[in-house]
Amino acid sequence: MNEVSVHQLEYIKQKLKYRRSITICRVFIFVAFLLLWQISTSIGLIDSFIFSSPIKIIICFCTMIIDGTILHHIFITLVETFISFFLVIIIGIFISVLLWLNEKLSKVLEPYLVILNSLPKSALAPLLIVWLGANMNTIIVAGISVAVFGSIINLYTGFKEVDTDKIKLIYTLGGNKMNVLLKVVLPSSIPIIISTMKVNIGLSLVGVVIGEFLAARSGLGYLIIYGSQIFKLDLVIMSIVILCIIAMGLYKGINLIEKLYLKYL
Amino acid sequence: MKSFLELKSVSYAYHNSDGETPALKNISFDVNEGEFIAIVGPSGCGKSTLLSLIAGLITPEYGSILINGTNVLNARSRIGYMLQKDHLFEWRNIYKNIILGLEVQKKLSSDYLDTVNEMLINYGLDSFRDKRPSELSGGMRQRAALIRTLALKPSILLLDEPFSALDYQTRLTVSDDIGCIIKKEKKTAILVTHDLSEAISLGDKVVVLSKRPATIKAIVPIHFALANKTPLGCRNALEFKDYFNAIWKELNYNE
Repeated sequence: MNEVSVHQLEYIKQKLKYRRSITICRVFIFVAFLLLWQISTSIGLIDSFIFSSPIKIIICFCTMIIDGTILHHIFITLVETFISFFLVIIIGIFISVLLWLNEKLSKVLEPYLVILNSLPKSALAPLLIVWLGANMNTIIVAGISVAVFGSIINLYTGFKEVDTDKIKLIYTLGGNKMNVLLKVVLPSSIPIIISTMKVNIGLSLVGVVIGEFLAARSGLGYLIIYGSQIFKLDLVIMSIVILCIIAMGLYKGINLIEKLYLKYL
Repeated sequence: MKSFLELKSVSYAYHNSDGETPALKNISFDVNEGEFIAIVGPSGCGKSTLLSLIAGLITPEYGSILINGTNVLNARSRIGYMLQKDHLFEWRNIYKNIILGLEVQKKLSSDYLDTVNEMLINYGLDSFRDKRPSELSGGMRQRAALIRTLALKPSILLLDEPFSALDYQTRLTVSDDIGCIIKKEKKTAILVTHDLSEAISLGDKVVVLSKRPATIKAIVPIHFALANKTPLGCRNALEFKDYFNAIWKELNYNE
């Protein structure tokens, strides 16, 4: 083992110290927020009926764990999110490949994609209920509609940015357009596909919750609407907290996939 | 002796909505089998366009390009093309990169793969076959790129400034290296470069092109009185300086 110099050790120490201080600050903000929230409701500074409190949220969560309902709602939301996420990835890749293969088609469809992408998808939800009924299909379609147009645009742009010389290489080796797609465009776009996935998993969750607001009898979006209607704000805020945790978990999951991909490469 | 590759008054222009940009005008020359031709010209004169035309990637607007008497468009598989950068794919290991062309042309037969293995051993890349391109030096990458091109057993090699992305020192050794490999494999080759000394040290003939639209200004045959002609040896030969000055003059004459 090589001798590590004093300065190198000092450098590593500084680096670790810096990283630790970041973690400490993050935890501090979280704990301080919870404490402040709890104390101000306990001493009556804010109304715990409207603002709930960390303890009330935990109690609410525990009762719902005991009667088993919360896991069901979480499960439903997750399933819907995953289904729409996978469909977005499949539809997104399929259509962007189609656009890449046919330059004219992409030119023709460009304005439509831009409009559909900027359209607030929550505006579509009521229509979807009428067309598809108040069921899971509507919610999944809502989840897809939020994420799919952006992914098509991102993926297609990524495909177009592939080094033209790499494409030329395939032609000089006697390849055709299909070879270019399979040997260069798709493999070199994997980082873009992963970064699109990172955005999409969050967007799918957004779409699913919008769908559940309007057309569900279960799921966290439904719990939020239901809780607000019966003025049980513990339930509403608890559902929001769970959504936060789910969002973080999903993002971490995609990060893990990315790390595995980079390691494998 | 009948020429192997013939260009007959080839012209080509690029088109866009602002107008027409003539790139090549009335280019004619012949290449014999086993000959190494170097093409020099000012940058942006259409040298790369010329190679794309010979490779059959684009078709000339006027004139014709024949390989052994048949149109290049019907002989694309006989042409090997080496680009400026090696363009080895990072998501493939060296071996997978080298057989890319065979994969694309569905020629993964033992006949072709044996040649690949032979070249990997001969050119010192055998122990690197499972490595990623980023683990290799610039010179080795360029060798791998050459083997990728040679794997398809082309009868003519086109080299589009294949050393220009390398630093000067590597460039000298790599051009020597690649030059020797091409001589050893007895390939007909056309090298495009803006580096005069590279052209003189590698070529049997140097074709000098004018500014755009490129026309042929001169074709200079290169003869070195060397027993064992290597690119580095040529650079040290007495005649080198004279050829350099002659071609330099041709390039800058009338501009």
